[in-house]
Amino acid sequence: MDKLIEERIFKILMVVSLGIVVGSLFMVIAVIIWNGAPSLSISMITQTPKGGYYLGKEGGILNAIMGSLYLAFGSVILAFIISLPAALSLQKDYIGKTRLAYYIRLSLDVLWGTPSIVYGAFGFIVMLYFGMRASLLGGIIVLTILQLPIMIRSMEEVIKLVPYELKEASYTLGATRFETTFGVVMRQALPGIFTAVILAFGRGIGDAASVLFTAGYTDSLPRSLLDPVASLPLAVFFQLGTPFPEVQRRAYASALILLLIVLTLSIVSRYLSRKFTKNIIR
Amino acid sequence: MNIRKLKDAFAGRLMLAAALFSSLIVLLMAIILYLRSRPILEVKTLNDLLLGSIWMPFQGKFGFYPFIMGTLYVTLLAMVIAVPLSILSSIYLAEYAHENVRTKVLPVIDLLAGIPPVVYGVWGVLAVVPAISYIAPVIGNLGIPFLTVKGYSTGYSLLAGGIVLAIMVFPIIISISEQVLRAVPFDIKEASLSLGATRWQTIKHAVIRIAYPGIAAAIILGFSRAIGETMAVLMVVGNVPNIPSSVFDSAYPLTALIANNYGEMMSIPLYDSALLLAALILMLVILFFTVAARLILIRIERSMAYG
Repeated sequence: MDKLIEERIFKILMVVSLGIVVGSLFMVIAVIIWNGAPSLSISMITQTPKGGYYLGKEGGILNAIMGSLYLAFGSVILAFIISLPAALSLQKDYIGKTRLAYYIRLSLDVLWGTPSIVYGAFGFIVMLYFGMRASLLGGIIVLTILQLPIMIRSMEEVIKLVPYELKEASYTLGATRFETTFGVVMRQALPGIFTAVILAFGRGIGDAASVLFTAGYTDSLPRSLLDPVASLPLAVFFQLGTPFPEVQRRAYASALILLLIVLTLSIVSRYLSRKFTKNIIR
Repeated sequence: MNIRKLKDAFAGRLMLAAALFSSLIVLLMAIILYLRSRPILEVKTLNDLLLGSIWMPFQGKFGFYPFIMGTLYVTLLAMVIAVPLSILSSIYLAEYAHENVRTKVLPVIDLLAGIPPVVYGVWGVLAVVPAISYIAPVIGNLGIPFLTVKGYSTGYSLLAGGIVLAIMVFPIIISISEQVLRAVPFDIKEASLSLGATRWQTIKHAVIRIAYPGIAAAIILGFSRAIGETMAVLMVVGNVPNIPSSVFDSAYPLTALIANNYGEMMSIPLYDSALLLAALILMLVILFFTVAARLILIRIERSMAYG
């Protein structure tokens, strides 16, 4: 009977653990909504900070919302341009099975694990070297580097799943590797590639430590790539750091806006990737 | 005909170039950080820097010891909380849960992974910190080692950092170890079950024994994520440079040190160099852990594929 009691105890422990894990997600979301929603207003998302905003006066965080969107879109586009060919070259038709590919994967994994504050410091040194100040461009470049390993490694995972028979069929018809890659593989892996892009976008829009030194912070909207730019995570961080309860409540609302953007992205990407999957041969 | 071949060759080169470029960034990063941290390494010995406990940049004293201990303690505490919960959850998901439950819970855990660090930080400030300042006086006076309170606790503490970090590493550990557990061949479970073992005995003696390198890799990856996390920890851990002796004490991790001071202190060359050395140390630690974890995972993948 003993072994059954042990099993029962552990089963209860497992269910409790899973409950804590899943419960913590709902708790995080609930706490942010509970505290953020009361201070959320239209002016918050349609106005830039007015004079005295950080003392509790009027205004909003449009600068940070737009700044984050600029940063995230800019970096996602750049990262995509580099990641797609890089991920495709890791197929076994190209260098996938070689020693070189092994080291490329390993170094990308290290890059993925590198703390974003280290990216920030590195980006800042490089920018100083080129005589740049904290700017939209600087932020975009650092976020691009941050997103590269995420995009390449997750794209590679889905590209790997494309059945080799399909590629063989294409080769048999006389297609080159290039034609096979872009005509067959790309089409098959599209939903997965899309998910990888969304994943990287979410990581880019939410990261604060890497843009802390490289994108700066400003109350106005950027007019050029060389202007400093505000971002949502930093807006949350700075507003929370003020001693005024009114401004701190706006930090909660800003966190809610950020959370909503990220959750929406994640849900939309799941829905779309399911929809795209219809024409996939497995 | 030739144009098609040319196109193929050209595209192949271009794709390789993109892959090489992306993989060389990490090397470039390490080299630049090393070059910029050399000035301080020339004046101080590594021993002084790592084990010195006085941090007074304006007087030329750069002791990293309190910060290293801060990072270590907060990360270890996070792992103490996260590892048992994550492993038990992943065993349940892989072995017991109905397919329906599994396919519903896993996306929720993925969602957890997508939430930005700053949001976790705000959650920590709103929920964890007040809760700790509430329970600290109650538990702190019982005299249990590592759980004592000197004076009173604001709640901004090692424990708050540990809890927030633990939640942030749940998804990493769970998703990897769940995959590893599910990759254990069914034959092995069948053999164990047919000998009359219960499900739990099978898991304990057969499944975990085969899956443990993968679970170890999952834990290592969770650990390296926790050690490098900046914003969320910075917001709840108190940022007081002392060596914590209780979970209710404040701490000051390396990442927070860089975030709080870098960029403003460019006027003192050694200060700048010291902070970049901190970044380099973090990067090397992560490099070590990542390579270890990946080597384990790659070995598993191979043995599953060919064996």
